[in-house]
Amino acid sequence: MRSPTIELVDIYKSFGSTRVLEGVSLPLFPGEVHSLLGENGAGKSTLVKIMAGLHLADKGAMRFGGKEMLFRSTAQAQHAGVSVIYQEPTLFRDLSIAENVFMHRQPKTAYGWIDYAEMNRTVSQHLSQLGVSLQPEDPVLGLSIADQQIVEIIKALTFEAKVLIMDEPTAALSLEEVKRLFQVVERLRSKGVAIMFVSHRLEEVFAISQRITVMRDGRVIGSGPVEKWTTEEVIRKMVGRSLDALYPKEKVEPGKVVLRVRSLRRAGVFKEISFEVRQGEIVGLAGLVGAGRSEVARAIFGIDPLDSGEVLIGDTTLSNHAPQAAMAAGIGFVPEDRQQQGLVMEMTVMRNATLTILRQLKRLGLVSKEKERQIATRWTQRMQLKGHIEEPVNILSGGNQQKVVLAKWLATEPKLLIVDEPTRGVDVGAKSEVHRTLSQLAKDGMAIIMISSDLPEVIGMADRILVMHEGKLTAELSRAEATEEAIMFAATGQVGPRPDQKSKATPNGKS
Amino acid sequence: MTKQPENTAEGQGWLNALFRSRETSLVLLIAVLTAVTTTLNPRFLSPQSLKDLMLNVSIIALLVLGQTVIILMRQIDLSISSIVGITAFLSGTLFINHPGISGYVVIAIAVLTGLLLGAVNAALIAWGKIPALITTLGTLYIFRGANYAWVHGRQVNAVNVPGSFLAIGTSTVAGVPILTWIVLILLILFSIGLRQYRAGREYYAIGSNPNAAVLAGINVSRRIAIGFIISGAIAGLAGALWLARFGTVDATAAEGIELTVITSTVVGGVAITGGVGTVVGAVLGALLLSVFSSTLVFLRVPSFWQQAFQGAMLLVAIAADAYLAYRHALRSRVKWSHV
Repeated sequence: MRSPTIELVDIYKSFGSTRVLEGVSLPLFPGEVHSLLGENGAGKSTLVKIMAGLHLADKGAMRFGGKEMLFRSTAQAQHAGVSVIYQEPTLFRDLSIAENVFMHRQPKTAYGWIDYAEMNRTVSQHLSQLGVSLQPEDPVLGLSIADQQIVEIIKALTFEAKVLIMDEPTAALSLEEVKRLFQVVERLRSKGVAIMFVSHRLEEVFAISQRITVMRDGRVIGSGPVEKWTTEEVIRKMVGRSLDALYPKEKVEPGKVVLRVRSLRRAGVFKEISFEVRQGEIVGLAGLVGAGRSEVARAIFGIDPLDSGEVLIGDTTLSNHAPQAAMAAGIGFVPEDRQQQGLVMEMTVMRNATLTILRQLKRLGLVSKEKERQIATRWTQRMQLKGHIEEPVNILSGGNQQKVVLAKWLATEPKLLIVDEPTRGVDVGAKSEVHRTLSQLAKDGMAIIMISSDLPEVIGMADRILVMHEGKLTAELSRAEATEEAIMFAATGQVGPRPDQKSKATPNGKS
Repeated sequence: MTKQPENTAEGQGWLNALFRSRETSLVLLIAVLTAVTTTLNPRFLSPQSLKDLMLNVSIIALLVLGQTVIILMRQIDLSISSIVGITAFLSGTLFINHPGISGYVVIAIAVLTGLLLGAVNAALIAWGKIPALITTLGTLYIFRGANYAWVHGRQVNAVNVPGSFLAIGTSTVAGVPILTWIVLILLILFSIGLRQYRAGREYYAIGSNPNAAVLAGINVSRRIAIGFIISGAIAGLAGALWLARFGTVDATAAEGIELTVITSTVVGGVAITGGVGTVVGAVLGALLLSVFSSTLVFLRVPSFWQQAFQGAMLLVAIAADAYLAYRHALRSRVKWSHV
């Protein structure tokens, strides 16, 4: 067998106490597209960054050109011939295409001046070879993401990259653009470049790869030539972990419709979003990172604008599209990022918990401290918050901080509560307390939308699951239909009947 | 996806055409302003008033060169006026304490002093990671305060300065003051440096996208530090030339000119968000502001209006930039509509 161009050997990496990679080995062969698959948080991006020289592995090595080494800087990786194309192109938008390609290594004339003519000529050649109708002098500002990726690819070409790593390059591309990108990839492959392709789109992976590796929880779960894989097998390996009994959502008979949204659209972000949520119901919103889940939630709450569509609370349309109006109508929104959006870290628990209802606490125009204490105590006790309400929030643990955020929104006594990744970064104990609270709230008649990337959590907690893929709803699954495979199918944009419909009898997804 | 709009550069109307090159529109504006004022008052184009105009704009234009390098990197240097103040008085003191000292040596010492003061900014910003706005606001006051303490009410007068040095600010070569020639030569050097050298392009890269600059292998901290050192050195040179131009220097010399310099730079098309602009444009911006205030003087507009007009011009310039950025954003968004 040919020897790999580059080979990762037993790579370990931790951030703080979180282990991200645990003994990953991965070869990239010349003239081969090797696809790397895995759920959010499987460790793919960290692996890419180690190969790019942005992160340094804790343990392990890369075999490259007969040596064992690790890249300590991006420059070192580039000089070695490893080029990385990130999902979001990293370009200088004010400068020309040619300057972007050659920044920091422009060709020089005999006088030591930058040789713009040579620069433009080289880039022009590459552009026409790739069949792109752009000029090297065009500014990057205003180029589509697809064209920006072409610029990144030309950069890699001028480095004479032996290894090209593409981290979800197609996430923002249209079908046509993907086709063009694949032609370019095909051409590079025939030249003997080793290509690593990270993607969530399974059909693309099967169309372009010669080899597939699936990662889960920082480990390689399976690896082999593409012929040995099926879509079902890939999905099974991606999700296959056991569903534990952490999730105590009690069965509640759904009541009246609380929220109804009709054909919500925001150009370039999401479209055709229609659904309703009833009293006592927890509706899970699943999908991969970037599918537009949080954006839909933010639009419902009025933080982001809507281009068209209707949001109804009960029977009244939410016409004034602003968070104040949404709050007045009875929507509560617990954002994903507690530190930045949900809490004022230096203020006390009491202050944070009553921030949303300051108006109600007014007495003679000033905030009444008694009322403040009263309300804060009521909700924090209900949340079983550890710690005193006069302590600043930043000394609490992640789980307890999340409870303060919840308390803050519960104080407004909302009819509908939207929670975005409610248990991200909290420990198992706090997690189940958050779940218990949500379940109790639903039982008391609140309608809840729960956005979560944690599939077992969604399956365990939600009465219904809406799955999003690239800005659209691709599935609505009842509790009985919800399996990790079914969700992943819809989340990766697989449509039509699944060949393994019957396999849902194994809810833990083990193969 | 909807079909991509073809080559979007076409058909954007006259407004964009006008603003496509900031330099062109600045030259046009200056020409129109001069023409109008001359019609109303023919003395506006007399040799003496032209010379005054050139002298008035030269020191601002010089400082604009350094400020352009800074703003290109999305930074700002407020401390320049205090550096000018210190080095102007220092130059005068050198002539008083060392009679017969060469003007070149004085200029060299002034530049070196400015460079060292710029290095203080550089260290705090590039390695101390204190935002430039705060750092240079602090050093603006610190340098000025030190200057007051040192000057202690004294004053340098023209009689203390050799005539050969004052000639920089009075004599002309080919009808253009020597002071202006110095600035023109530096303008050409800066223009070439920023356009034709790798280092020059790095200033643009850093202001355009600092993260991408790191990925491209640029040593961002060092480049930022060098920028502030250049700005300091330029301010030192401006200090020596300030003495040559005015002859009289006290502790308040050059107070407040940092705002005129920044206004000129931004009016001249150097985006306050970095990455865009040229030194030629920035100097034209300084010239436009200077012509504009002369116009107001010639038209006997009360002086307090001049400041208001200067402010209005800054806002117009920023609004024009924002408008263009908005147009670009709209265009990129259309291309995203495939979702």
